[in-house]
Amino acid sequence: MPGSVPAVQRVTAPPGLDREAEARAWLGALRGTGAERDDAVRRLHELLLRAARFELGRRRAMVAAIGRETVDDLAMQSADDALAAILSKLDDYRFESRFTTWAYKFAILEAAVRTRRRAWQERELPIDPDAWTTLPARTLDPAEDLERRDQLRAIIEAVRTELSPHQREVLGALVLAEVPIDVLAERLGTTRGALYKTLHDARRKLRTVIGADS
Amino acid sequence: MTEPRRRHEHLVAGLLGPSGAELTCEECFDLLDVYVDSELAGEHADERVPGMREHLSGCPACAEEHDSLRDLQTTLP
Repeated sequence: MPGSVPAVQRVTAPPGLDREAEARAWLGALRGTGAERDDAVRRLHELLLRAARFELGRRRAMVAAIGRETVDDLAMQSADDALAAILSKLDDYRFESRFTTWAYKFAILEAAVRTRRRAWQERELPIDPDAWTTLPARTLDPAEDLERRDQLRAIIEAVRTELSPHQREVLGALVLAEVPIDVLAERLGTTRGALYKTLHDARRKLRTVIGADS
Repeated sequence: MTEPRRRHEHLVAGLLGPSGAELTCEECFDLLDVYVDSELAGEHADERVPGMREHLSGCPACAEEHDSLRDLQTTLP
């Protein structure tokens, strides 16, 4: 984990007995052999496919230009990859949530990332080197009060003078252009976590410079 | 709040991010199921998973996945 992000304490709570029994049944079957394991894998894949379809359904606007067959493929690929991830991480499950909640998050992540990348695959990143310079004119309404205008100008000046070129690029793409972080990570050959660390450090520097934390 | 004011607040929030201690994206994914189940159980999810609320306010992708998982769990058995 990035060292500069403040550590937070994780508090655990005992799960309910029903939830624990359900989870132990899943884990026992998935770690088993033969027909019992095959059946558990099949049932889990069905759940993951429903979760992936649910996620794709929420993103209808994003996938509107994608054909029905491709959407079904995306759902199936998401469920397949989620299943593989879950089967390799069974030891990571800590009985702190329902097993299905733990499993669903893998399908949600796979489907969400695939959808964002698919929606952007034909698009250039809208990175404008002059975006920071023209930002006040594009966003400030003449009716806005002076304090707000001064705050934005102070932030933009800090972006220009305090951030590294990479921090400016990441902040501009994610915040000004609203490029999804998974898309930017793929284009830059990095990870969501690494990009968010860059974003986090840039924001912290801006807050410090303009005194937002005080 | 007027539309220009709303856009301004949204932009400044995106540029400055949350001020409190927040989880990383990896920690968020690791604990998302715990947080969502705690929310749905009516527990104090923010006390159980400190730093999650702050991260979700600063990371749109993780926030979308949180909303999806929470809504999914109220929809599917």
